[in-house]
Amino acid sequence: MSRTDPAPPVTGPPATRPPARRRLARGAGRAGQYLALLCYLVFLGFPLLWLLSTSLKSPQELGSIDPSWIPRDPSLANFRAAFDAQPLLRSALNSLVVATSAAVIAVAIAVPAAYVMVRHRSRISRAGTVWILVSQMFPFVLVIIPLFLVLRNLHLINQLPGLVIVYVVWNLPFALWMLRGYVRAVPISLEEAAAVDGASRLRTLTSVVLPLLTPGLVATLMFSFVTAWNEFFFALVLLKSPEKQTMSVILTHFIGAEGVADLGPLAAAALLATLPSLLFFALLQRRLVSGMLAGAVKG
Amino acid sequence: MSLLKPRAKAVPGSRGTPPPRTPRQRKRALGLDRGAWFLLLPALIPILLLSVGPLVYAVSLAFTDAQAGRTSPTQFVGLLNFTDLRHDSLFWESFRIGLVWALCVTTLQFLLALGLALLLDQNLRFRWLARTLALVPWAMPEVVVGVMWRLVYHQDAGILNKTLAQLGLIDGQVDWLSSMTLALPAVIVVGVWAGMPQTTVVLLAGLQNVPLELREAAALDGAGAWRRFTTVTWPAIRPVVLAITALNFIWNFNSFGLIYVLTQGGPGGRTRLPSLFAYEEAFKYGQYGYAAAMGLAMIALIAVLLVLFLRRKLKEDAR
Repeated sequence: MSRTDPAPPVTGPPATRPPARRRLARGAGRAGQYLALLCYLVFLGFPLLWLLSTSLKSPQELGSIDPSWIPRDPSLANFRAAFDAQPLLRSALNSLVVATSAAVIAVAIAVPAAYVMVRHRSRISRAGTVWILVSQMFPFVLVIIPLFLVLRNLHLINQLPGLVIVYVVWNLPFALWMLRGYVRAVPISLEEAAAVDGASRLRTLTSVVLPLLTPGLVATLMFSFVTAWNEFFFALVLLKSPEKQTMSVILTHFIGAEGVADLGPLAAAALLATLPSLLFFALLQRRLVSGMLAGAVKG
Repeated sequence: MSLLKPRAKAVPGSRGTPPPRTPRQRKRALGLDRGAWFLLLPALIPILLLSVGPLVYAVSLAFTDAQAGRTSPTQFVGLLNFTDLRHDSLFWESFRIGLVWALCVTTLQFLLALGLALLLDQNLRFRWLARTLALVPWAMPEVVVGVMWRLVYHQDAGILNKTLAQLGLIDGQVDWLSSMTLALPAVIVVGVWAGMPQTTVVLLAGLQNVPLELREAAALDGAGAWRRFTTVTWPAIRPVVLAITALNFIWNFNSFGLIYVLTQGGPGGRTRLPSLFAYEEAFKYGQYGYAAAMGLAMIALIAVLLVLFLRRKLKEDAR
């Protein structure tokens, strides 16, 4: 790592290039940078625009072999068709209930744990950190088989609470990871002052640490919500009947068994399924990134 | 295996020579007091019951003939599942596809994300737009990403065929996701698109930790952009690069949802990643024991690859 190789002395020649040529080179460099940025914007943006465009097209236009970027006759008919074709509202409600409960429960149990892990260096704390990392490596397939069998014995297959339980555990590592970063940012002197004043640990946590942690809590909650809202694999395996399924799973019903899809309603439903997470990301993008990095950089 | 790491670490005396500690610190290192346990338990119980527990259960399942809808009791079959697996050419095929997919996606993801991170680190106009857009794929459910790209790749109504035809690059209508040769490259592009934001953010963070003075000093000494990158930036971000590429590789190898929506593993198994294969084995054919063995094999093979990868890197660092 960087520690082992000392920064090599820069031995390049001193700046002797004529200024004019250099300015030209720099200008060309700038232009190249903007061109590269444009390429990235196109690559990242064009599928999104296409999704939007497709969702607004009429069935006739979708059937033609000469698709156009701008819908000739834009309408919201596909959105209505999507609601007619599948229990979209019901599945959105399911997703909302599952994602909200999973996020709240995960954060509620992660806060005290993260606090202990940061403020009490011990083997358990270290094992916890290792577990957070290791848990990222397991193929879901391996975990889902026993979970499926256990939940089946508890009659929790095809039940939303069963999925909530799975999501809580699934959200925990990352919630812990983010919260650790936020807890570290709380000045320890405040807690020591509280301890001197005779506050118990629980009391210090609730009345000193928690208020300072609020922005971090909100970010972690939203992140957990988005992960649960977006999740597909566990929901696919655990939820069988359409009226119980979440939005991700319902989306796949728009694609028929032969892979034939009703493109317009499919696009419309896909857009709807993204809205809540996009909204949350727009709201907390900055805080989210800094929170993740706080956990990552100070690891 | 890697799961045992925390326990192995906890063996007394294995931590090397500790620095001198105050009595209070020593007490903390040995264990937690009751109050701390009380705060830790709500997280510890679900982790043990629903994360560690199922893993242990999965390992034991791999040595049985557990099946769906079976009336006779499940029996211990020893290594039978693993010997079957060794001769299962379909599994090896899916493993090979998983490797190709994970290698290609991880490499492209890294190169593109590094480029984007370097650009976003510059003081360019429209940087905010690129930063926002770079995060959008992250916010989208993978199912939606899959659906979206199906629309892009669609034979008749897709924009890709139309654009390529306009540019005169293709004449017929290519059915990207059903083509034996093109399906895998096509899904790899989607994988790159979906995973780029996370890598970009992490690399950007790494870049922002590179001391500005160092870069300025190098620039003053007349080092060109490439030289500044190789001598100042790269050594500084290397640890971050290693961590994110290793994690990306694992995540990509284990990915499921994207491919499930895009191709369901087709055509003819050309995009069937190991996780799709194991899913089908378990929940289509009800072969729980065999699928669990498959999951274990996936971890073991990935662990071996990672050790090889990281060991080479570590050796390089030691030099």
